[in-house]
Amino acid sequence: MSTISAGVGATPIPIPVDSRPVKGNHPPGMSRTCDTTGLPVCLTAERFIKLNAVAAVVFLLVGAVAALLLALTRWPAVHLLDTVWYYRILTAHGLNMLIFWIIFMEIGILYFACTSLLGSRLAAKGFVVASFALMLSGALLTNWAVFFTGKADVLLTSYVPLQAHPAFYAGILLFAVGALLGVIAFFTTLYVAKRDRTYEGSVPLVTFGATAAAIIAVVTILHGAIALIPAFTWSLGWTGVPDAGWYRIAWWGLGHQSQQINVTAMVSVWYLLGTLSVGAKPLNQAVCRGAFVLYILFINLASAHHILVDPGVGASWKIWNTSYAMYLAVLASLIHGFTVPASVEVAMRKKGHRKGLFGWLFKAPWKNPGFSAFFLSLLIFGFIGGITGVTLGTQQINIIAHNTLRIPGHFHATVVGGTSLAFMGLCYYVVPLIFRREYPMRWLARLQPYLFGGGILLLSMGMSFAGSYGVPRRHWDVEFSGAQFAAGFDAGAHLMLGILGVGGVIAFLGLLVFILQTVWAVFLGQKIENRPMTPW
Amino acid sequence: MSIHAPEAGWLRAPGGGERLWIGLALAWCVILSLAMPYWHFKGKQNSTGEAYRVTAGEFMERVNRFVAAYQVGEEKGVPIVEPPPGSDAYLQASMWRWHPILKLKEGQTYRIHVSSTDLQHGFGLLPMNMNFQILPGYDHVLTITPTSKGEFSIVCNEFCGIGHHLMTGKILVD
Repeated sequence: MSTISAGVGATPIPIPVDSRPVKGNHPPGMSRTCDTTGLPVCLTAERFIKLNAVAAVVFLLVGAVAALLLALTRWPAVHLLDTVWYYRILTAHGLNMLIFWIIFMEIGILYFACTSLLGSRLAAKGFVVASFALMLSGALLTNWAVFFTGKADVLLTSYVPLQAHPAFYAGILLFAVGALLGVIAFFTTLYVAKRDRTYEGSVPLVTFGATAAAIIAVVTILHGAIALIPAFTWSLGWTGVPDAGWYRIAWWGLGHQSQQINVTAMVSVWYLLGTLSVGAKPLNQAVCRGAFVLYILFINLASAHHILVDPGVGASWKIWNTSYAMYLAVLASLIHGFTVPASVEVAMRKKGHRKGLFGWLFKAPWKNPGFSAFFLSLLIFGFIGGITGVTLGTQQINIIAHNTLRIPGHFHATVVGGTSLAFMGLCYYVVPLIFRREYPMRWLARLQPYLFGGGILLLSMGMSFAGSYGVPRRHWDVEFSGAQFAAGFDAGAHLMLGILGVGGVIAFLGLLVFILQTVWAVFLGQKIENRPMTPW
Repeated sequence: MSIHAPEAGWLRAPGGGERLWIGLALAWCVILSLAMPYWHFKGKQNSTGEAYRVTAGEFMERVNRFVAAYQVGEEKGVPIVEPPPGSDAYLQASMWRWHPILKLKEGQTYRIHVSSTDLQHGFGLLPMNMNFQILPGYDHVLTITPTSKGEFSIVCNEFCGIGHHLMTGKILVD
């Protein structure tokens, strides 16, 4: 028995400490040691991290081509697609980006966080295999429904009584069950690692953050089941039409909450990339972990923001859900927004970059795409995504923002400029460390985060400002040509839509560079064997 | 390091700049939380979400009675209806039209009942830029007082099928 201190000035509380030796639980021949980080790598986890990453990038490509077509349609001077294909491609874009690309990546991140960081093997292999098989078949089934039945142009939200082909719902449900199995494998591995004592003391911060994301994922998937199972049985003709207002509340328990998985996973990736790129170390782990706990407890309330101008929920419900605990989740983001850059600053100052207030920032490794993607993600998410999100969540401002382009202007800054960019930064380490291949044309990789981040910034600003004129989101023709009564917008709104288009094209180029580089690296890149990766 | 187990004794209160930042952030969050009810009671523009259950058939019947009682004209085959100031008005959203055209008086307050008879729709008033969600099965009551004269467009901003962009309507204020 020994004791650990429980806080500043507090009397140490005796806590029983496990004194068994720490050792890995990998079966013989099923692990290797990373030549760069020295971390143990479970070969089962490695295989499934690879599979998840490859699937993620394939769906990212589908979503990216869709994104380009959409940007070129919303740009009024181009107005590329016809009306049917605009809504079809919009449906595909939302599904492939927001669900398939991001969640394949996140399940891979969970496998990494519970194995390498804990020195454990990946447990529940049957679940892991079933998880990947179900996620892949679900994603393919839904894409088939969208592209080949012609009966699933319902957009990501599939608001009832708008009805899709049953395969549309079935695919999403299969995908969700698959993701849930992956999350169960993660929790099982946490238990096995603790039982086998593969690590000492508390879990690392990145694993803690991943656990928070996994807990939010379980709650999210349950909401998804509540919304989509009745919609699925209705599409088969087995049950009546679900109530439109009730569906919206349940669906946003899925729709917004899944973005909170992204936020939490992204913040974990920030901490990971901070460590990998500059050796950053959090100032106070209790603060960082406490902020993750705030996410688990309070972030789900942001789902109410989608219902602020709905009928059926009263004013007190709206005031309650926009005020009290929402700000405890905002507090969590404000805390991470301080601790993440602060940890980078401390690490940089330790390396001798002490000049002035911001000398550490100028000397940061801006040529390392893992670092630049991470830091740009932090800036875009915090300053554009976070501030617009809190603003739109105000009851009164929501009246002038609901269903306008201000909404996608907000979430392209959070989930694309924030999460997707951070995940791209992660790939600049996943490919050399897990696939053990070097990136080709490194100068292009160094440029990529700036190209993509800059494009998304323009796109997001164009959307937000166009939306402030009242330009609707999810709308094929803001000239309303052919409508019975004329309506439309002035030149200012059109300028903003043009900026949206230009930003979309630039972001697409940045995305294309990322995808081509990564695919090239994975299949044809120079192999890394028995040596550390070439530092960025 | 974030990727290694933290050293023993990591569970400690924050200090220095970190402590100050958390204090400031918390204070700001408390102010914003209090601002939410404040704005609701002090501000003039709120979505109260007042709504009643209604079927599509019942609602269409109310709209037809309303049009028959107060119709004052017609534009492109759509009736123009002028409800008495302070009374209830009805607006039907369906694929892909807003029916009828409402004619209101500046400075008078109306209770506008809006519902959909098919899919979900979005009420978007231009160029004011005011937006409300319209659902089938819900009679959404918007209590409004026009504060300026003129002709206003209503567009649909919730996806409702391929004719979504054709769905426009009008409110006249004099």
